[in-house]
Amino acid sequence: MLYRVAGQFKTTYAGDQAIFPIAQDRWLVSLALAAAFAGVPLVANEYWLQAILIPFLIYSLAAIGLNILTGYAGQLSLGTGAFMAVGAYSAFKITTAAPQLNIIFVFILSGIVTAGVGLVFGLPSLRIKGFYLAVATLAAQFFLTWLFNKMPWFVNYASSGTITAPPRTILGVMVTGPGATAQVRYLVALALVVALAVAAKNLVRGRVGRSWMAIRDRDIAAEIIGIRPLRTKMLAFGISSFYCGIAGAELIFLYLGSAETLAFDISLSFLVLFMVIIGGLGSILGSFLGAAFIVMMPILLTNVPRLIGLPLRVDLQKHIELMVFGGLIIFFLIVEPHGLARLWQITKQKLRLWPFPY
Amino acid sequence: MKHKWSLPLIAAVAMVAAPLSVFAEGNGKTLFIPVLVYRTGAFAPSGIPIANGFADYFAMLNARDGGLNGFKIVSEECETEYKTDLGVECYEKLKKKAPVVLNPFSTGITYQLIPKAPVDKMVIHSMGYGMTAAADGNWFPWVFNFPMTYWSQASAMVKYIGQQEGGLEKLKGKKIAHVYHNSPYGKEANPTLETLAKQYGFELIELAVDTPGQEQKATWLQIRRANPAWVYVSGWGVMNQVAIKEAAAVGYPMNHLIGNWWTGSEADVIPAGEAAKGYRSTALTVPGSGFPVHADIFKYVYEKGKGAGPREKVGEALYNRALVNAMFDLEAIRTAMAKFGNRQLTSEEIRWGFEHLNITAKRLEELGMKNFTRPISVSCANHEGNGQLMIQEWDGKHWKIVSDWIEPMRDVVRPKLEQAAEEEGKKLGYTKQACDKSA
Repeated sequence: MLYRVAGQFKTTYAGDQAIFPIAQDRWLVSLALAAAFAGVPLVANEYWLQAILIPFLIYSLAAIGLNILTGYAGQLSLGTGAFMAVGAYSAFKITTAAPQLNIIFVFILSGIVTAGVGLVFGLPSLRIKGFYLAVATLAAQFFLTWLFNKMPWFVNYASSGTITAPPRTILGVMVTGPGATAQVRYLVALALVVALAVAAKNLVRGRVGRSWMAIRDRDIAAEIIGIRPLRTKMLAFGISSFYCGIAGAELIFLYLGSAETLAFDISLSFLVLFMVIIGGLGSILGSFLGAAFIVMMPILLTNVPRLIGLPLRVDLQKHIELMVFGGLIIFFLIVEPHGLARLWQITKQKLRLWPFPY
Repeated sequence: MKHKWSLPLIAAVAMVAAPLSVFAEGNGKTLFIPVLVYRTGAFAPSGIPIANGFADYFAMLNARDGGLNGFKIVSEECETEYKTDLGVECYEKLKKKAPVVLNPFSTGITYQLIPKAPVDKMVIHSMGYGMTAAADGNWFPWVFNFPMTYWSQASAMVKYIGQQEGGLEKLKGKKIAHVYHNSPYGKEANPTLETLAKQYGFELIELAVDTPGQEQKATWLQIRRANPAWVYVSGWGVMNQVAIKEAAAVGYPMNHLIGNWWTGSEADVIPAGEAAKGYRSTALTVPGSGFPVHADIFKYVYEKGKGAGPREKVGEALYNRALVNAMFDLEAIRTAMAKFGNRQLTSEEIRWGFEHLNITAKRLEELGMKNFTRPISVSCANHEGNGQLMIQEWDGKHWKIVSDWIEPMRDVVRPKLEQAAEEEGKKLGYTKQACDKSA
């Protein structure tokens, strides 16, 4: 009923190939976008923006990046944290070397730098597969964070070894640095995520995406039908790293403000991997759902005992949170191994008939 | 099959609804002093005694005096696991509730909060940690790090080594190793050590230990090979006990190993057992639970069964430091109230209190802390105060103070510090604010 598609005729090829072929989806997405751009900055307070929405957007971007590599091209990677670090450190180096450069270009340049690094670490994927590749990307994780820690050049010889987002403006509005309001930083993150998500969606449903999926499903068969593994895999590594790099730059410039390599350790790689797995491998929507789940669940679990008037000691609370969080991940994976995106698809199908199923 | 999608729906609704409800608490005559703690994770051995010290001191004051000047002290712990991103989240959550002062208890988190402090007008007290350069109040008016900074500490430690060697000039040609946690915290002492190495002609060996520091075999093998005359350790959490155990394992003489004040707690030496005997560290407070303030804590808190931790842990090194930290904060607020009246103070007024904090020996005696720590005075320009440190030694059961108060080399530290403050301040786009000299 809610999702009735009867009567929606497609009379053009363009209509048939639209990202959202169903009118209800178009409405929903437009409404969500309007709310996100216009409503949220007016309504949400700083805690919501700073602690929930901004990290959600940034992690969504990182999850899209990893999803391109792991979900679409089938190359398991544990180096996401390191690639995000490359993005963050290169953005820092670029913007301190050229302070006049618009910060959006800085983000994009840092993404390109990360793509280059990703290509280098993607090379082994031509020879090794699956878990063995995961171990090779693990090397990237440890090597790159070690490098940033070891070489003071990357932090402009700051004795503390931290990089700090300097104040930068776009059209006279403070975007980064301590003076930037949460609203502005949220809007910048949102605009970048929307633009890059649309680009990713179009990429994965086009020729490139199909060749990625062919490689993922069976690489030898893909090679036989004329897909070049070198180019396809390298492209996946490059574009995935591009996304992760921008997410890493945003993590410092729009969210944390300053950080050291600790912020990009192996646990970040796992976190993004969990987002992709829980959200749904091979789904752009799933990247958002997974990021929302992982970002919000710990905050929710921290606040629930207090809300129901149960003052727990923080250590007990933290341990309960860890257990519940782990339990929920297992639960979701058992109930729906294809992730939250698949759950949403099932929901949509049910809603076609609801409330009058056969 | 309907249940299949109703569940995530409920979860989604709950997710959205829960953080919406802001924690509305009655704001009567209270002082809200939150503490960022880490009772879980690899840094819990260091985090727990600190958290307990704060909780017990506030509970004791509330029970004994009804708080401070009639204001009940309300505290809240926020768990950070010593992780910077969780610390930032805690800060955002806590700042809505208008804390009078914030104690981050992590150098990494302090670095994150320093740029936010002037924007939110938040007084941050990083007691003996955080960014050394913040001691220059001309550039960092909202951040205080008295009684001492890492740089002052490093200089006092070198001075102590000089004393042990029979004069600072004897350091020439000697090797001193610095084993540090590879984080902003651990790196903080390096610039001063490098300066002093040049000045006194000793060779400095810097050895980083990656977090959390459970793996230090390679580090201590390097020490064994280089065989430095002294090893200075800047560790935290689980790294400390591993360092001491590894030092013992490679046969490094324990009495030439000196920890900084975060590397000198009971939890650090007890796991190493007998081998830790003779290990020394710097200290800001006298160890033990024999002071009147402890008697009050036992009487008003532990005997009522309200203690935050086990009774026998009262008086541990880090516990005592937390007591002094809490006392400093409350005395600063008391100073501000003495000037502006007993009312809810604005953050500028509280900052004034910190800038004019002057705790005399007489005041310490009134607080039940006579000879427990040193008198201190802070000024607008000097947020480090005039603190000094002592050296404590582990005798296998207890810490014993083995030195007098040691004055840091202020002539070396302060100029460097002002230079660094200008650099760091300019990075953040600050301008220098001249402090009122008459104050």
